[in-house]
Amino acid sequence: MLLIACPWCGEREELEFHYGGQAHVGYPANPEGLTDSEWAEYLFVRDNPKGLFAERWSHAAGCRRWFNLIRHTVTHQILAVQSNRPVAAGQPKPVIP
Amino acid sequence: MNRLSDGGRVDRSAPLRFTFDGVQYTGLRGDTLASALLANDVLHTAPSLYRGRPRGIATAGVEEPNALVQIEGPGAEPMRLATTVELYEGLSATSLRGRGRLDPALDEGVYDKMHVHTEVLIVGGGPAGLAAALAAARSGARVVLVDDQPELGGSLLAGREEIDGRPALDWVADVRAELTAQADTRILTRSTATGYYDHNYLLVAEDRTGRPGPVRQTLWHIRARRVVLATGSHERPMVFAGNDLPGVMSAAAVRAYLNRYAVLPGRRCVLLTTNDHAYAVALDLVSAGAQVAALVDTRPRPPAELVDSARRAGIEVIAGSAVVAARGGARVQAVRIAALDAADTISGPVREVACDLLAVSGGWSPAVQLWSQSQGSLRYDEALAAFVPDEAAQNVDSVGASRGVLDLAGCLDDGFAAGARAAALAGFPVAVPPTPPTSGDGRPARPRPVWVVPGESGEPSDWSEHFVDLQRDATVADVQRAIRAGMRSVEHIKRYTTIGTAHDQGKASGVSATGVIARLLGARSPGEVGTTTFRGPYVPLTFALLAGRERGALFDPVRTTAIHPWHVRHGAVFENVGQWKRPRYYPRPGESMEAAVLRECGAAREGVGVMDATTLGKIDVIGPDAGEFLNRVYTNAFAKLAVNSARYGVMCRADGMVFDDGVTLRLAQDHYVMTTTTGNAAGVLDWLEEWLQTEWPELRVRFTSVTEQWATVAVVGPRSREVLTALAPELDVSNDAFPFMTARQILLANGVSARICRISFSGELAFEINVASWYGLATWESVIRAGEHLGITPYGTETMHVLRAEKGYPIVGQDTDGTVTPHDLGMEWVVSRHKDFIGKRSFARADTARTDRRQLVGLLPVDPAVLLPEGAQLVADAEVAVPTKALGHVTSSYRSAALGRTFALALVAGGRERLGETVYAPLADGGMIAATITDTVLYDPKGTRRDG
Repeated sequence: MLLIACPWCGEREELEFHYGGQAHVGYPANPEGLTDSEWAEYLFVRDNPKGLFAERWSHAAGCRRWFNLIRHTVTHQILAVQSNRPVAAGQPKPVIP
Repeated sequence: MNRLSDGGRVDRSAPLRFTFDGVQYTGLRGDTLASALLANDVLHTAPSLYRGRPRGIATAGVEEPNALVQIEGPGAEPMRLATTVELYEGLSATSLRGRGRLDPALDEGVYDKMHVHTEVLIVGGGPAGLAAALAAARSGARVVLVDDQPELGGSLLAGREEIDGRPALDWVADVRAELTAQADTRILTRSTATGYYDHNYLLVAEDRTGRPGPVRQTLWHIRARRVVLATGSHERPMVFAGNDLPGVMSAAAVRAYLNRYAVLPGRRCVLLTTNDHAYAVALDLVSAGAQVAALVDTRPRPPAELVDSARRAGIEVIAGSAVVAARGGARVQAVRIAALDAADTISGPVREVACDLLAVSGGWSPAVQLWSQSQGSLRYDEALAAFVPDEAAQNVDSVGASRGVLDLAGCLDDGFAAGARAAALAGFPVAVPPTPPTSGDGRPARPRPVWVVPGESGEPSDWSEHFVDLQRDATVADVQRAIRAGMRSVEHIKRYTTIGTAHDQGKASGVSATGVIARLLGARSPGEVGTTTFRGPYVPLTFALLAGRERGALFDPVRTTAIHPWHVRHGAVFENVGQWKRPRYYPRPGESMEAAVLRECGAAREGVGVMDATTLGKIDVIGPDAGEFLNRVYTNAFAKLAVNSARYGVMCRADGMVFDDGVTLRLAQDHYVMTTTTGNAAGVLDWLEEWLQTEWPELRVRFTSVTEQWATVAVVGPRSREVLTALAPELDVSNDAFPFMTARQILLANGVSARICRISFSGELAFEINVASWYGLATWESVIRAGEHLGITPYGTETMHVLRAEKGYPIVGQDTDGTVTPHDLGMEWVVSRHKDFIGKRSFARADTARTDRRQLVGLLPVDPAVLLPEGAQLVADAEVAVPTKALGHVTSSYRSAALGRTFALALVAGGRERLGETVYAPLADGGMIAATITDTVLYDPKGTRRDG
């Protein structure tokens, strides 16, 4: 069980959190402008790296805030925790070390 | 009796009576069941599981493969090990062959859980672990030391070493005293670390049997900044013909029985070893008065000083040889000894030596189970002939015998350094204590492992009495068969032969098995074969411990409404909906469920019924952008909904599949109250928060769960208006003044402020009265009184389901399953074409436009008395050959009072194009039900009853 540092509450047991999958997959600005395969990519396709992964978590049994963190999918080492502000369109995503 | 007259860690002034297999014996405080049995000359355990061969106690610890017992009487426990059960007065046990028996009586024991954070956790209270604990504790850091034995000391309990010129156990007592004096150090004995999970999270099972308080066992959840594993090592058995005979015992166990329990398990002993360890055991045996007939060492040139010391004690050392067979009936009577050449083949004459005990040391396997669970890697050390920890994956160090350090001074050095390092890395720097002088075994010379001692004749495929796993009765012949079947991986061979899968998980025999496989595969060393995966728990745990106090009423929270006491008083039968208890129906004395539901349905359709609708999820949606937010999450529009008006809405996931539905009411320009399905209320709140926080943080809107703040009473039926008139005389309840899907705020005649909505989930004229929860019960009782002269009838969820199904209203989660769009439900009307919302783009995908999608339809069984089972699969042709593709399945099925027949809802491929067609439900019992596809709305299709 992971020990996750919520940006608002500090270290808490994984049991208090909900997992939210890959981070920085924004809702498309204009879904109607996407092809079927582009929309399907948004709906169904996520990265599954062996290594560092930026992902979303929600402190569901605590402050109920969403935030992002970078976790190593093999060692479960958590490298960075970011607050929940989404990355606006056009801005660069955080760089995974 | 085999009890020695002095020595050991047993209390001769505290005799304990116990029963084993129906016979009464006496042991001593400090005994295990196994040591007490051996003291009474009872060596035998139950015969082996598959082959019925006689077996005996083979070890003195958790690695025991044979001595399974059932503890009888109060607190009965199956599948304990005689070698780990502490003896107590009145203990009653029986030997167990294979599977145990659960006590059918309710377990009255209390099982607890504790949650602890610490800077340093040390697993193992032997010399290395004690040294680590001492060093770490001196830093002032929080330290937890866990050990599975009743007293600290580990291997020192079974040896005769000295530390600092005094008996080693005096040093142990000093360390314990210093640790106990530290405010932030906690010592847990009788506590086994069983699991090592992510981020240094460990589970420790503490046995509190016989200690003050009602708690029998405690499961400790420990999160540590640093972990020091000082878990010691297990002595390996050797694989030769007849190695399973009772009287063949690990040399370490023989030493433990001698020195710790003061029990002599044999009179005339032979030792077989690959390493230095057996020499100390042989000398201990001689000084305890036993005869040592021979010490057989696989090494051609054992260390001269060991050989000399043995010979001085009158022991014959036979070097470069092995026991090639143990002979005997119920117990070993003799061993056959022969020289082995460098290729491990028999190279000389066989000589037979009589004995009643064969002590075997096949080398040491570091106890790397927890290390491996922590995802640390292992490497094979040729010099040690053992798998040892390599790269750590977490904040952990392995010390002492658990990483292959076998001499006492080395273990102390290792422990002191690791304890200080762990404290420092956790933020508490401290000096490494100096290692005191020690006596006893020095650093051992290189062992000579012999993984398979050859049989005197035949090939490995013939060696069916060379046991590799005693509990599984698996032999060299079995391994050879697996290899001939094409297995090469140790994981495959394990599963094919079941080696290592018994209660002991191959603690002692696992590396021996790897050695056998390597030998038979012709591998250069066991390192090329590797180990199987180590998984928790390290020792078997009881389910009662894992459950702790979370059972019975404390298993899961039970949610009840304010009106619940009335339901109980009036005989409601309840059903669980999520955590809620909801009345399912209210049977009259002697009334069946079927009759009660027909009666309740009749009342709601013909007179007036009342239902507790409190459990529907309610979420306040408040803020200037509340309308805009709802527009984005619902498929239909809410921003322009008039104040005091309500609208039914459906929300979809981004893939366009229905996620939830419910009625949302606008209370003010910036305030809506949303209702959700009972079981999905928390999920919907999470969903709203997720979209607001992660996609639309610019929207000014906030959500609050108010499910528990409001009680909701649904008054349903053509005469409901009369009830409302009596209840709220100042409210104009006429259809013109109070139309469908509107709400009114009013003071009821009983003085309670209420929000009343005209909402119907039955198709009948209906009112939902919402009051603060505190007034829920009083308001319900007021409704009952107001409707008494009309025969107002309380109804439950079963009737609610029938009424809504007659109207074709789907229940999300029952008639849908996450693959159903609003269009599949026939709800095109609820999907806006004018705005974007979550899921909209998906309705333009080719998949959602397929004409053969499963669509919601009604079903009328051809025989109106036959009820379709919910979940039944549907096919088009009664004569179809199986297997065939199902057209769909039944989602809801009921008897209808209004229709005078049975009916159902179903999802059927292209269903709306099949109205009038007959489909068939083949049943598990071979029967077949024919049914006609109809529209979903079977009752009042024109909706004339809604306004009364």
